[in-house]
Amino acid sequence: MIYRVTHSTQYLYSTPVALCRNEACLLPRETPRQKCLSSKLQIEPESSDLRERTDFWGNRVTHFAIQNPHKKLQVTAISDVETSPADPNLLLAGNQLAWETMRQRLARERNPEALDALPCRHDSPFIKQSPQLEEYARPSFSPDRPLADAVSDLMQRIYRDFTYDPGVTTIATPLSEVMETRRGVCQDFAHLGIGCLRAMGLAARYVSGYLETLPPPGKERLVGADASHAWFSVYAADAGWIDFDPTNNQIAAEQHITVAWGRDFSDVSPLRGVALGGGKPRMVVSVDVARVPVTMGQFQSQST
Amino acid sequence: MMLDRSETAGVKIETISYQSLQTQAQSYATELGDSKEICATDGEQPHWQALMRTLDKLGNKKLDKRRKEAQRLLRENGATHNIFDPISAPRFWQFDPIPQVISSEEWSQIELGLIQRAELLNLVLKDIYGPRKLIEKGLLPPELIYAHKGFQLPCVGLLPADERHLNLYSANLARGKDGRYWVLEDLAQPPLGSGYALENRIVMARSFPRLFQDFQVHRLAMYFRALRNGLALLARHNKEDPRIVILTPGPDHHSYFEHAYLASYLGFPLVQGGDLIVRDGCVWLKSVGGLRQVDVLLRRLADDLCDPLELRRDSLFGIPGLLEAIRLGNVVTANSIGSHVLENPALLAFLPALCSYFLGEDLLLPSVATWWCGQEREREFVLQNLDKLLIKPIYPIPGLPEMIPGQLNEEQLSQWRYRILSAPHLYVGQELTSLSTVPAFVTDKVESRHSILSTFVTSLEQTYVAMPGGLTRINATQSRLLYPKQEDRFSKDTWVLTQEPSKQVNLWRHAQPNQHIQPLFGSLPSRAAENLFWSGRYAERTEATARLLRSILTKLREYNEFRDPDDRRCLDHLLGAITHVTSTYPGFIEEDAATKLEDPRPELLSLAQDVNRAGSLRSSLRSFSRSAYPVRDMLPEDAWRIVDNAQQNWNPRISLSLIGTGRLHDSIDRLLLQLSAFSGLTNETMARETDWLLLSIGRTLERALNLIALLQATLVPSYEPSMAAQMLETVLATSMSLITFRRRYRSFMQLSTILELLLMDESYPRSLAYQLHQLQIHIGALPREQSNEHPHQDERLVSEAVEELRGADRKQLTQLSSSDRTYPLLEKLLVSQKERLDQLSTALMQIYFSPTLVPQQLGSAVEEKAS
Repeated sequence: MIYRVTHSTQYLYSTPVALCRNEACLLPRETPRQKCLSSKLQIEPESSDLRERTDFWGNRVTHFAIQNPHKKLQVTAISDVETSPADPNLLLAGNQLAWETMRQRLARERNPEALDALPCRHDSPFIKQSPQLEEYARPSFSPDRPLADAVSDLMQRIYRDFTYDPGVTTIATPLSEVMETRRGVCQDFAHLGIGCLRAMGLAARYVSGYLETLPPPGKERLVGADASHAWFSVYAADAGWIDFDPTNNQIAAEQHITVAWGRDFSDVSPLRGVALGGGKPRMVVSVDVARVPVTMGQFQSQST
Repeated sequence: MMLDRSETAGVKIETISYQSLQTQAQSYATELGDSKEICATDGEQPHWQALMRTLDKLGNKKLDKRRKEAQRLLRENGATHNIFDPISAPRFWQFDPIPQVISSEEWSQIELGLIQRAELLNLVLKDIYGPRKLIEKGLLPPELIYAHKGFQLPCVGLLPADERHLNLYSANLARGKDGRYWVLEDLAQPPLGSGYALENRIVMARSFPRLFQDFQVHRLAMYFRALRNGLALLARHNKEDPRIVILTPGPDHHSYFEHAYLASYLGFPLVQGGDLIVRDGCVWLKSVGGLRQVDVLLRRLADDLCDPLELRRDSLFGIPGLLEAIRLGNVVTANSIGSHVLENPALLAFLPALCSYFLGEDLLLPSVATWWCGQEREREFVLQNLDKLLIKPIYPIPGLPEMIPGQLNEEQLSQWRYRILSAPHLYVGQELTSLSTVPAFVTDKVESRHSILSTFVTSLEQTYVAMPGGLTRINATQSRLLYPKQEDRFSKDTWVLTQEPSKQVNLWRHAQPNQHIQPLFGSLPSRAAENLFWSGRYAERTEATARLLRSILTKLREYNEFRDPDDRRCLDHLLGAITHVTSTYPGFIEEDAATKLEDPRPELLSLAQDVNRAGSLRSSLRSFSRSAYPVRDMLPEDAWRIVDNAQQNWNPRISLSLIGTGRLHDSIDRLLLQLSAFSGLTNETMARETDWLLLSIGRTLERALNLIALLQATLVPSYEPSMAAQMLETVLATSMSLITFRRRYRSFMQLSTILELLLMDESYPRSLAYQLHQLQIHIGALPREQSNEHPHQDERLVSEAVEELRGADRKQLTQLSSSDRTYPLLEKLLVSQKERLDQLSTALMQIYFSPTLVPQQLGSAVEEKAS
């Protein structure tokens, strides 16, 4: 499937900002089941010091500054992304080893794939280990249970035990509070899943991206009403990384568009910045995930 | 004089048996705990005996006197207390006059070991932020990096592989009973203490000059020269004359003294994050006259606070975009950001293996035996010996209780056991070291104490240079604990003996034959400029308040003596004037004025003493020292000492009943002398550059404003003939003009001549016209940045004030109003002059001090959340 993703962020300030510097993590990376056909970042007013680099995880990060006084900043990322369905044998491959075996192999193996997974076994800024996490995770990890099976069970339990509720949490809500209220949004559920997997000694990472939403039957699709999405991924040795979406209780599929991954949200926040001045800023975000007609998509695919 | 050695037996600890303990990677030398007590006290070595003989001749009494002298010097220099702390804060730095002495043979071993260790740690750091081969090859467990708080993920790949990552290194050493030195910890973030070591040496040399004649002691200057040259070599641009600054968290930091001290000694500007800005991929210093590019940052700010864009987002101290500027190669920091990851006691267990991997050598300086609990066998060992080992986290964990081995009860032990088992990779067990002692003079006699020696290493070209000396800290009590709490820390000078007379080394660089050295004008950091301006203003404000207070006290005494009603009315006017001049309303003017005038003593006492009352003498004095402290490195030598003395001594313990006597008067006299010394010293010493200009502008502006307020309160009303003369006389005395006036106008006391002198005479240094004229000259000399919105607003404002004053009709100024017996046109002129000067002050702040805008995280509260 080919999608055009338009992700726009607007900051409106009450007083002028003298200078701001930002890092955007908005341009989709390539993955085994995803190709980025084209992508661009539009910044208003005119930016300086604009540079794109690849971060620790291989994500595309764009650094830029607005060096003249301004009262409004608009950053829009427009990307055409081609995704393919998840490998039907993925879970099977992920079940070739028991979860304890995976844990032992992580302690021992030092091949490039395992080396990449090692930083994802430890605490990160948003995810701190706690006895509660381990206690919650434990029932899914019975002895010798196949890895993918155990993680699927964990995902299902999060889906079942926790209520999706966009009103209750903010960026600053700690995982312990989510555990207590049993409410949150996709970012909280992804962090929760990662915390549980790390508590079991496994390597898990945070994936940021988008999900195509389909309108209710008979209704028009609303443009710009989508949102960014997040899920978690577990390292399964020879099966690679397997993406689980606890908010929707499914393996990430064709409608899941990946932008970036890291230890948690802090490694991949879509747009972060520091502004000098600006009074009280107001932020407006809109995301639109639209299907691109196949013919047009193929044309673009060939042209890149 | 006998050394008290009674406690050495108490230091002996049981030697732990480690048989059957083997691991692949961790190693621990355990000789430290060996019971061979061949050399229990350093004091038995020959060079110590020579020193002790000399000290013996001096005697305990004299030694104590010299110690007090040294302690006073340290305090005056600001080493022992922080001016920003509450007055009641404990002193945290005390001086022991007996130096730590290290023979040249001993030192050469230590030196080699330190340099080897710095090389090794540099390679480890490079690997951690580079290819991470140590993990791949199984030489380092990944937890030690990825689970360590000091590991900064955004810093991976920040520096090119050939760049040195570790430029400054410090090791804390202890001397074992076998005479060998052991490393207790490696420090790499911003290693502190080299400035204190220097300060101790300078104070020691002043208090005990004779001792240095008897011993050949290595000088420390060589180290600082290497530090400076090493830093200059780091610059990637502007190599001939790189701009190096010291980045400090600010005056609230407990080691700000050291930051300022080093800045002054090395000649680098001392800056805070808000003084620097990233533009066009480079780091710039905001300074009077515009932005100046910075090439090297000597960093005294913790890793995670350095860049709120990529590191800790809530840091208010950092420079947004710093990491990107480093990535682009436009600026270098020493140390590289992320070096805190080396401050991990668990690394000690792996260093011998890493040393042979990287250098093919044995580690020259052994580390204190350390077991990392992340591996099973070591964990078991630690748990079995929990009561004998020192348990430490691999990075500081807030709220973790202090572990005092041998003093834990069963419950505490089981809590520690639980902590370790729930996150074993976060803990190490360390052998309690059995240390030798050194002679110390911390009570009233010489006793033995355990000591820790902090050593300092800096990079220079392809190698490292160790400071031949260091900072020795000892316990105040005869405890064997290695980490004395801050409040009972003593420090001592550290002597490394040398065979040859030490050559005089200085920090001057040699210019190339054809090199033209550009003088560094106009690069005064904006924040420093602001502090100098306010130092000038507060110094003058303090002085003006003191003079007026003194005049009032004189009048009060006269009245008490003669009970003359004219004196009384004169006194009431002056009391109203002091409220007005110091803006301490309601004071003697508004509500309750009658009661306060009836007995002015409580209010006067408050104006003299109340530190929390803005406008009081004590409060202005404190504001003066707080403004001067951050720029003490720019003031003439001794100037800070004067400021500090004035601030420390201004605490006249005066009771209400004594206020009418001469005691407060005497204290004010002393204070005025000190303030005069400050202004004299700055005027006679400072080059007429931007820093002096700002100090001077602040002082002049404040003097003008104080004079206006005084004249407004005292000369605008007209007085009955019976008291007019003494009122006018008091105004002249308060503005230090009585003598000049008498000489010029003899005994004709009238308003018009007073105004001629105090307002109009441009050649008279206490007049308003003179102040305005000086402001015009000094403001005109300030460097100007053309990009500013209103580049000449300050010049325009001061010119307008000058013209207004010159244009005033002198006759009209002394025209009485028909009704209310005041001089309305004089009042109008003074009010207008004050307004203009207030505007000028605001304009100066906007143009030169670039009011630091508060950085805010974009959307930290409303940040877009994936849903």
